[in-house]
Amino acid sequence: MAADTSPEIVIEGRAITRDYVMRAGLFGTPRVVHAVNGVDFAVERGKTLAIVGESGCGKSTLARIITLIDPATNGTLLIEGQPVDIARQPMTKALRATVQIVFQNPYGSLNPRQKVGDVLMEPLQLNTDTPASERRERAMAMLQKVGLMPEHFNRYPHMFSGGQRQRIAIARALMLNPRLLVLDEPVSALDLSVQAQVLNLLSDLQEEFDLTYVFISHDLSVVRYLADDVMVMLKGEVVERGSRDVVFGDPQHEYTRKLFAATPVTDVEAIRARVARRAQLLQTQSGPAT
Amino acid sequence: MAPILEIRNLTVSFDTAAGPFKAVAGIDISVSPREVLAIVGESGSGKSVAMLAVMGLLPPTAVVTADVMRFDGQDMLPMSERERRRIIGREITMIFQEPMASLNPCYTVGFQIEEVLRGILGMSARDARKRAVELFEAVGIPEPAERLGSFPHQMSGGQCQRVMIAIAIACNPKLLIADEPTTALDVTIQKQILDLLMDLQEKHGMALIIITHDMGVVAETADRVVVQYQGKKMEEADVLTLFETPKNPYTRALLSALPEHATGGRLSTVTDFMAAHQGEDA
Ligand SMILES: Nc1ncnc2c1ncn2[C@@H]1O[C@H](COP(=O)(O)OP(=O)(O)OP(=O)(O)O)[C@@H](O)[C@H]1O
Ligand SMILES: Nc1ncnc2c1ncn2[C@@H]1O[C@H](COP(=O)(O)OP(=O)(O)OP(=O)(O)O)[C@@H](O)[C@H]1O
Ligand SMILES: [Mg+2]
Ligand SMILES: [Mg+2]
Repeated sequence: MAADTSPEIVIEGRAITRDYVMRAGLFGTPRVVHAVNGVDFAVERGKTLAIVGESGCGKSTLARIITLIDPATNGTLLIEGQPVDIARQPMTKALRATVQIVFQNPYGSLNPRQKVGDVLMEPLQLNTDTPASERRERAMAMLQKVGLMPEHFNRYPHMFSGGQRQRIAIARALMLNPRLLVLDEPVSALDLSVQAQVLNLLSDLQEEFDLTYVFISHDLSVVRYLADDVMVMLKGEVVERGSRDVVFGDPQHEYTRKLFAATPVTDVEAIRARVARRAQLLQTQSGPAT
Repeated sequence: MAPILEIRNLTVSFDTAAGPFKAVAGIDISVSPREVLAIVGESGSGKSVAMLAVMGLLPPTAVVTADVMRFDGQDMLPMSERERRRIIGREITMIFQEPMASLNPCYTVGFQIEEVLRGILGMSARDARKRAVELFEAVGIPEPAERLGSFPHQMSGGQCQRVMIAIAIACNPKLLIADEPTTALDVTIQKQILDLLMDLQEKHGMALIIITHDMGVVAETADRVVVQYQGKKMEEADVLTLFETPKNPYTRALLSALPEHATGGRLSTVTDFMAAHQGEDA
């Protein structure tokens, strides 16, 4: 690693834009959706950038651009300082291993005809020279790291619960020891116990391998727990950014404030008030009939 | 009040290469009209499978048994596939856990919701279109009329989830089963959706079963809560009691695993908690 003290930027985007052309019906006039509209960001090695924002604001679109799945319509993407443009140059194995993604939709991203063990071994087989026995060993170890059992190795994706499939997707993304991992709502389908387990795993791995994360989540308590920096998006644009403490401590944008205010409360007094309100409502509504 | 859905001693096992696997080990669930029941529990504890069993949507490798399965006064156990289909998708609808996997990728979302409106409510094409726009609007899809022409892959995760919610509420079901209905949604839209569901529930007397791992959602919607762990019911209580005096160690673990309760650098997992509180009464 370089000895200089300035932080190393692993991924950087400058004025990233992605347009989709939509057509209303067969003969409708085409209309352009600016899914991502001039977004700048940079993440230092070993840090976590969390992206939060309204549903449909362009988070997954940006994630696909960062992980070189879709090209940007405009703008510059730099990985470890090198400009990368997948529309022009082909993907290399080295790049593939550098950036990995955990998709928002775990079921859609798993091949239903592939056993879980094969799902995990495949990236090693395609991108590395790891011998078969070691591939198996590493896949087995990873399976257990994400809280699944050895007997799950030979099962097919449809035999798993939603949360279990999410963990398979995380395990697969980690198989190549990526340096940058983009996680699109990785824990939103998980119950709290597994969520805690996965979040702890992610922070252990980050420490162990100096991993860099781009973490997309709408769960503010999770973001608060794990982010170094936070970027808030609305309608394809960044409306607020800063260190976690600054964004949480002193939110500037109206939307950020709205987000914080809408976070459900679990305190007993609030529940008591709601229950009382509801009892009253149901009583006036049903009247003497029931 | 008589429950709208009553299930007793439901078991589901799957044939697997390693022999039968019991995913649901004899649970009872009942919900009354106008009631909101939340089911929480660890991942893999059989929450989705139990509800899919009620819907009759499990693969053929599943063996389902129950002592009682009754909906709105009708015994569902002896029902033929055809009789069941009169109820499922009309009187009982479900919001599935994985929205993108349950929408048909080959048809526009507009076609998929209008099909329900025409097929089940017998609406004309014109009325169905109008109603579809209203429903999309209600679930907060921007530019609803134009969005009807989109295919699922052209929509974001949360937009697909909302399309599914719109389809599930389209025919005013008597019972809505919502499996993790807001996982893909940010809190502002989550709030809008939960308010919408509660509103329907209060206006039409719909019963609602919400499966969720989000204790915030439980706190803001449920009347009664069932806590499931390893295929079994661990605790059942009204929502206030559950948060105020959780009895079961697993329930306490769930509440303490909330990230906002994180102390220091690590989150306590349920396993940590259960290990630390071993021997306490269950
Ligand atoms: N292939 C496509 N064609 C047309 N529009 C698209 C396409 N993919 C995405 N969009 C639109 O671009 C916008 C951004 O979508 P994106 O999936 O990035 O949102 P998101 O922030 O990830 O939302 P969510 O939190 O709901 O997952 C949305 O309005 C979506 O409908
Ligand atoms: N087709 C199948 N064949 C074999 N096992 C299955 C099948 N479908 C589900 N299972 C198993 O049944 C158990 C219960 O699954 P279910 O989907 O009900 O869990 P869940 O409580 O909904 O969990 P989550 O919160 O992760 O969604 C899991 O251990 C799962 O692996
Ligand atoms: Mg998304
Ligand atoms: Mg489930």
